[in-house]
Amino acid sequence: MDAQHDHTGNAARPVLEASDIARVLTRIAHEIVERAKGADDVVLLGIPTRGVYLARRLAGKLEEITGRKTPVGSLDITMYRDDLRMRPARALARTEIPGEGIESRLVVLVDDVLFSGRTIRAALDALGDIGRPRAVQLAVLVDRGHRELPIRADYVGKNLPTSLRETVRVQLAEEDGRDAVLLGVKQTVPAGEQ
Amino acid sequence: MLRPPGDHPRTPRHLISAADLTRDDAVLILDTAEEMARVADRPIKKLPTLRGRTVVNLFFEDSTRTRISFEAAAKRLSADVINFSAKGSSVSKGESLKDTALTLEAMGADAVVIRHGASGAPYRLATSGWIDSAVVNAGDGTHEHPTQALLDAFTMRRRLVGPDAGIGRDLEGRRITIVGDILHSRVARSNVHLLHTLGAHVTLVAPPTLVPVGVEQWPCDVSYRLDDVLPKSDAVMMLRVQRERMNAAYFPTEREYSRRYGLDGERMGKMPEHAVVMHPGPMVRGMEITAEVADSDRCTAVEQVANGVSTRMAVLYLLLGGSETALPSASARTEENK
Repeated sequence: MDAQHDHTGNAARPVLEASDIARVLTRIAHEIVERAKGADDVVLLGIPTRGVYLARRLAGKLEEITGRKTPVGSLDITMYRDDLRMRPARALARTEIPGEGIESRLVVLVDDVLFSGRTIRAALDALGDIGRPRAVQLAVLVDRGHRELPIRADYVGKNLPTSLRETVRVQLAEEDGRDAVLLGVKQTVPAGEQ
Repeated sequence: MLRPPGDHPRTPRHLISAADLTRDDAVLILDTAEEMARVADRPIKKLPTLRGRTVVNLFFEDSTRTRISFEAAAKRLSADVINFSAKGSSVSKGESLKDTALTLEAMGADAVVIRHGASGAPYRLATSGWIDSAVVNAGDGTHEHPTQALLDAFTMRRRLVGPDAGIGRDLEGRRITIVGDILHSRVARSNVHLLHTLGAHVTLVAPPTLVPVGVEQWPCDVSYRLDDVLPKSDAVMMLRVQRERMNAAYFPTEREYSRRYGLDGERMGKMPEHAVVMHPGPMVRGMEITAEVADSDRCTAVEQVANGVSTRMAVLYLLLGGSETALPSASARTEENK
């Protein structure tokens, strides 16, 4: 699930700094190697936008640990969303499946924030149309709770208990110029109406 | 009509004319088509996006190519497709466009893809208030054929800029030459407008009798000499001579036409190394294009067919995929034209 963008600007409080994010990703990479017994059939698929950058960073860490290149790609889930008809049609992002494919491999989906679980549901549907992995696991930077579907993450960077009034925003250097996870408060009145 | 909670009534949006599209609209369609094209490489060439939506192909003129292209596009997006061809239907018994439209509306069409012999029929359908659904112009008279222009632009961008490098880019500075029966060609008209919007420079080449009146108002140049234009072209689009529309009255003999305006191997050699030859099909080999050119690597005719499905998927997705269209400016201007 994409982090909800709060419009409060600087009112948002950082809960993870750049160094925390780097440490967390290193830990997740080690967990993947441990759980997958060497991670030799792992394929990392990031969910656009920020999940893709996280997947690439994780691939770098995995290479440092195992000495082998881990295939990394992206999986756009826009066409599989269950809320398509509630908003105007959105622009699509890139789906890039690594040359090795996903058939009979261990696919680790990577996203920035796990919230309702609906994005991951859509990702599982999208994956089913591309191939049949041996298993699918989920790695997220932040788990903020409030699941609406029976979905859980296998690797969690940080569990962040939030209320629905709060917003969680992930910033990554590749997209936002710096690394941070920000906790803010949702504005009840849209900015334009004040 | 029952709608699920949170599903706002969709305002009908249409694609009537390539001239209605802004640069950003057009680039969005091309970018979306690029992602749709990747679906064709997958083992399961289908997306669930338009499940439960109904697309009606309403064809008053024969056009197997365009109809099956729209049909394939709608089916790849999981929409239900109803094909309504005028031959042997209620229309041949004297039914008016309005009554046909009301019938389609009663059947719950979410989009109507219309091909009609009369220029302006899709516009009439979209703005009359007869129907609630989105209208896509699949060719009306000698007016426009916007999805053909979009797929041509998509093919040019892929070939001249590159599939990945092209994302987000237009055709700024490219020189496109359109050769042949401009007078009867809705493809040429749509292409001139769209390519101009995308920043390309268009030159029309035709015998004077096949150039429409008022062409000086179009955003393009006109030339009567193909050989002068070829060395300065990034893409050369050959149009079919529409024999069925002309009763042999526009040029002396077919041989003379083909000698002056046909593309053969020698002429193709005068084009720049990177330039491509395009043809919207159906080709008449030996008339506007020789077999040597048609079968060469530089001819994109077959590619254009595949790109047509991707482009039409993009159009249907952007018109029907959300609560309202992602192409607001196009329909807004069509409304203003009233």
